[in-house]
Amino acid sequence: MFKFSVNGQILSGRQVLSALDVTVKTGETHCLLGPSGSGKTTLLNLMAGLQKQNSQPYSEGKDSADTLWGPAKPDIGYLFQQPRLLPWRTVLQNLLLVEPDKHIVIDFLKEVRLEEYVNYYPSEISLGMARRIALVRCLLLKPDLVLMDEPLTSLDLPTAREMRGLIKRLICDDPTRSMIYVTHDLDEVLELGDSVSIIGGSPSKIIYENSVEDVSRQELEDLLEH
Amino acid sequence: MNTGRLLDQVLAIFALVVLWWLVSVLVSSPLLPTPAEVGFALNKEWQQDRLMESLGVTLQRVAISFVFAMLIGGIIGVLMGRYKLLNRVLDPILVILLNIPALVVIILLYIWFGLIEVAAVAAVIINKLPNVAVTLREGGRMFDHELEELAVMYRFTFKQKLCDVWWPQLFPYIMIATRSGLALIWKIVLVVELLGRSDGVGFQLHLAFQVFDVATILAYSIAFISVVQFIEWFILQPLDRRASRWQKGSSSV
Repeated sequence: MFKFSVNGQILSGRQVLSALDVTVKTGETHCLLGPSGSGKTTLLNLMAGLQKQNSQPYSEGKDSADTLWGPAKPDIGYLFQQPRLLPWRTVLQNLLLVEPDKHIVIDFLKEVRLEEYVNYYPSEISLGMARRIALVRCLLLKPDLVLMDEPLTSLDLPTAREMRGLIKRLICDDPTRSMIYVTHDLDEVLELGDSVSIIGGSPSKIIYENSVEDVSRQELEDLLEH
Repeated sequence: MNTGRLLDQVLAIFALVVLWWLVSVLVSSPLLPTPAEVGFALNKEWQQDRLMESLGVTLQRVAISFVFAMLIGGIIGVLMGRYKLLNRVLDPILVILLNIPALVVIILLYIWFGLIEVAAVAAVIINKLPNVAVTLREGGRMFDHELEELAVMYRFTFKQKLCDVWWPQLFPYIMIATRSGLALIWKIVLVVELLGRSDGVGFQLHLAFQVFDVATILAYSIAFISVVQFIEWFILQPLDRRASRWQKGSSSV
């Protein structure tokens, strides 16, 4: 189990987040829903340890933030909203930075059917492909917890569907791997999530939390509208 | 280098030589020798081994000054770009260094330390260093924040950050500093040699100046410009092309 206690966050003199807790059980996918500008990415950055001063992580079996955010092998893999591949390195070079064993990298690329693009630069592949490469890079860390920030944004429907299938197969269906998935798309919540939180208000706080099985689409729509 | 581009540049140089030849024939004065006369002077210096020896000495000074100016100026510039406090402290010093005339630095160092090699090279480094720092400071400021976060999240080692994240972002700025650096440094080296050394191209120019031997002055100038052009064509431009391969979208999906 992972638990993140956030003490609030101020950006440019404005409090964007109140104090809040986010918990995800082992093997569970927890979706964070909220309107644009509600601080979802800020919250994810805090949980990732990119801004350490205002949050405190807890992980079952791990003793402190030093373990979770420490310099050794990370327990957290972060899939950013944009792929953030190094544009001056080929697909293979980008992945070898994370996993030096070429065979492991190629095996992962086969999983996402991109093994033919190893020598391409990011500018030579589509956004959907770059997102899949970024997913591979994240999984090469073998993280216990994956943080995803709207990974399907700007993708066309078939590509988004394919990417969603990959995320479900490689992360959601893995009983040892937890995920916190930020989105504003209800379809993604209902297909991928085990539990859901909605953040909203000003400053943002958790206004609703439930298991996906116990909530209807209509209920989520109503909550988001208000 | 691309053959078409090389041909364009050769044609431009050829046109310049033709223009020079026409003007020199029209003027018909020993103060503006024809290209042929400059060619003879060049050949004479070559035959007497002075040309290669002088070029070698000057190039050595250019190389040493260039390496130190790029290294020290580059590190200071990048750190100033990254750390606001350091920038606030060093910026006034940088502005002063940028505005001190090159000649003043050269004369002062010769007066303080004597007409020695170290003073000569140090004068060139001090003249070039602030330009490098200013250029690389911009590079340091333009580091992509998102890639910094990526490097943190994926636990890049210092070597990976240096070679794969920072260096490629700095490379265009390093090339700008290199090009302007070479152009500036060799000019300053000639002044340094003219004022206080007894060898090198600058010293030969000094000797030629005393007897108004314009053909020899132009011969040495052309020889040195050729060397710098050679560096541009066969070292800098291939480096540029190699580093910008990733920007080409020739096989876009």
